[in-house]
Amino acid sequence: MRVVYVDNNATTMVPPEVFEAMKPFLQDQYGNPSSMHAFGGKIHKNIDSARESVADLLGVSDPREIIFTSCGTESDNTAIMSTLRSYPDKKHIITTKVEHPAVLNLCKYLETTGYRVTYLNVDNEGMMDLSELKSSIDEDTALISIMYANNETGVIFPVEEIAEIARTRKVVVHIDAVQAVGKIPFKLTKLPVDLLSLSGHKLHAPKGVGALYVRKGTRFTPFLIGGHQEHSRRGGTENIASIVGLGAACRLAGKSIEEEKVRIKNLRDKLENTLLQDVPRARLNGNKENRLPNTSNIGFEFIEGEAILLMLDEKGIAASSGSACTSGSLSPSHVLRAMGIPFTFVQGSIRFSLSRYNNESDINYIIKHLPPVIERLRGISPYRAS
Amino acid sequence: MWNYTEKVIEHFRNPRNVGEIKNPDAIGEVGNIICGDALRLTLRIDKKTDKIIDAKFQTFGCASAIAASSALTEMVKGMTIEKASSVTNRDIANYLGGLPNEKMHCSVMGMEALEKAIDNYRGAPTKKEMIGKEEILCKCFSVTDKKIIRAIKENNLKTVEEVTNYTKAGGGCGKCKPEIEKLLKEFWSKEATKIRRPKKDLAGKKSTNLERISLIQDTIEREIRPKLKADGGDIELVDIDRNKVYVKFLGTCLGCPSTGVTLKSLVESKLKEFVEGDIVVEEVKE
Repeated sequence: MRVVYVDNNATTMVPPEVFEAMKPFLQDQYGNPSSMHAFGGKIHKNIDSARESVADLLGVSDPREIIFTSCGTESDNTAIMSTLRSYPDKKHIITTKVEHPAVLNLCKYLETTGYRVTYLNVDNEGMMDLSELKSSIDEDTALISIMYANNETGVIFPVEEIAEIARTRKVVVHIDAVQAVGKIPFKLTKLPVDLLSLSGHKLHAPKGVGALYVRKGTRFTPFLIGGHQEHSRRGGTENIASIVGLGAACRLAGKSIEEEKVRIKNLRDKLENTLLQDVPRARLNGNKENRLPNTSNIGFEFIEGEAILLMLDEKGIAASSGSACTSGSLSPSHVLRAMGIPFTFVQGSIRFSLSRYNNESDINYIIKHLPPVIERLRGISPYRAS
Repeated sequence: MWNYTEKVIEHFRNPRNVGEIKNPDAIGEVGNIICGDALRLTLRIDKKTDKIIDAKFQTFGCASAIAASSALTEMVKGMTIEKASSVTNRDIANYLGGLPNEKMHCSVMGMEALEKAIDNYRGAPTKKEMIGKEEILCKCFSVTDKKIIRAIKENNLKTVEEVTNYTKAGGGCGKCKPEIEKLLKEFWSKEATKIRRPKKDLAGKKSTNLERISLIQDTIEREIRPKLKADGGDIELVDIDRNKVYVKFLGTCLGCPSTGVTLKSLVESKLKEFVEGDIVVEEVKE
C-alpha cells in the first residue's frame, strides 16, 4: 500500500546519504574515541567534523559551543538544570503554556521543589505577548525558556526580540529549537541566545541523538556527570554513528534549506487551502503567516481526531491529532486549549507536517482521500451545524 | 497506537445501525463534545412484547466509542427490555473481544445510553432529578460519586487509574484523585467486613440459597478474577445448580491449555475455602 507520511514534526526518515555515512561506525569502526590506540582514537575526528556540520547549520563560529546529547529532551533538561544549578540563589523560571513536555513537565516538577514558574499566555492564534514577558521578569528570574516554533501548530515565536529582552535584563535565555532547526534558516551569530536545543530525528538524523548549543561565557553545570567526553560537559561514551548521522543530516539540510522552505510551503499551502475550501466547518489552528513552512493544523468540527487518523491510516496517510484520545491522556492538546480553540474543533484537530521528501502527488492523494473520511464520520456523529 | 481487537476495528470500519429512528419509542443520550465522546441511542420497541425490534446510534468519539455503540445496537436488537436492562459494560467489551484498559469508558458510555433509553421508555426519573441526590466529584468530566462507586463495584476496580479508565473521572486536571482514592478505600473496606467470611464461620449451619449465591459471586470477584485479570484473562459466573458452579473463561484464558488446572487449583479451591467444601466447578464452553 502507498504510504503518504505527513507526520514529520513527530519524526523523520533517515535518507540513504545519512545512513551510508553512519554505517562504518556500526560495523568495522567500533572503537572508543577516548582510547589511546589509533583504532579508537582516530574516530575522534569524525565527531569533530559532525560538530562542525552542526555549527555550520546553526551559524556558530566556534564548534566547541556544540555539545552532543542523546535527544531533544536531554538538551532541554540540560539547559534548564545547568542554568538553575549555576544560579542557585535565583528561584524563578519563565516559560510558556505551549511548550513541549520536555520543558513543561520539568517546570511543573521544579515547582514542587520550590521554584516559581511563570507560564506565559498565547492568544487564539498561538502568538505570545512580549510585554507579558517583560513584566514577568524580576530579580529572582534565573531563566527564560521558550520554544522557537510550536510542534503542534508550527507558530514561530519572536526569538530575536525575546533574546534581546533577556540580554537587556541580564537573564539567561534558552530556546527549544527542536522544530525549527533544518526547517527554517537562522544564524546564531545574529541571535543572541545563551542556550539552544535541537533533536536529530526531527531533521532526518536517527533517533537517539541531539545537541545543545552553549554560547561561550554561559555558566554551565553538566547534567550527566561522568567522564571527560564533550569537554567534560556531558559524560558518556559518544554515540558515534548517530553523531555522524546528525552531522550528515545537518549538511544535507543546509544545502537545500532556502529552496525547500519555499517548495514545502507551496505544497503545504495547496493542501491547506484546498481542505479549508472543500471541507465545510474546518478551520486553521495557529497564525497563518508566522509559521513553519511545513506545518498545518486544521480542526474539523463535530468529529474526533483518533477516528479521522485511523480512517486515514487505512488509506496509508500518516498524520497526527491533538484530540483527547490521541494524547495518551483524557485531555486534548494543551497547546490548542491554551489558544482557546473551541472544544468542537480541538477534538477534531489534525496536524499535517511535511518534509523535503513529500511531493505534489502526496498532497493530491490527501486532498482526494480526506474529505470523504470527514463526511463519513460526520454521518455517524450526533452533532450537526445548527 | 491502541491495541484494538480485530472486532473493534471491524465495527469501527463498518458500523452497524448508524442513524436515528424517526419517532423512536426510547431515546438515550450521554456524553458531550467537551468530554470527547457522546452517544445518542434510539430504539423501536414492540409495546405488546416489550421487545426491542430496532436500534440505531449516532456517536461522536474515537474508534472504540464508535465500535462500542455499533456493538451495543447489535446486542440489544431482539432483547426484551427486561433482558436489555441487565446488559453491563463488560458485556459490550466482551462482545468486541475486549477493549484496551484506557478505553473501557467507551463501553460504560454504551451501557449508560442503554439505561437512559430504558428509563426513557419506562418513564423513569430524568437525569436532572437524579443528579440532585448525588455529587459531582470529577468536575472536568462531570462524573458523580454514584457512577464511580458503581463502576468500582461492577468492574472490581482497585486503583484510581482503573477508575479513570472506566469513568474518565480524574483524567482531566486530576484534582479529584484523592477523593477517588477515598471512595475506593471506603468501598473496599466495607466490602471486606461484609464478605470476608471463610467457611469456618459457617460451620454447622447451611447458608440460605441467596446467601450462597452472593458468597460465590463475591468470592469470584475478590479472590479469582483479579488473579486471572493479571494475566489478561477473566472468568464469568454462568449458573449455580446445588453444589455445581458453572463458569466461562474469557480473554486470554480462552484457548489457554491450562484452564483445566486453573479451574481446579484456583477457582474450585477458592470456592471450597470461602463458600462450601463440596463445591464442584465446571467450565461452560460456547
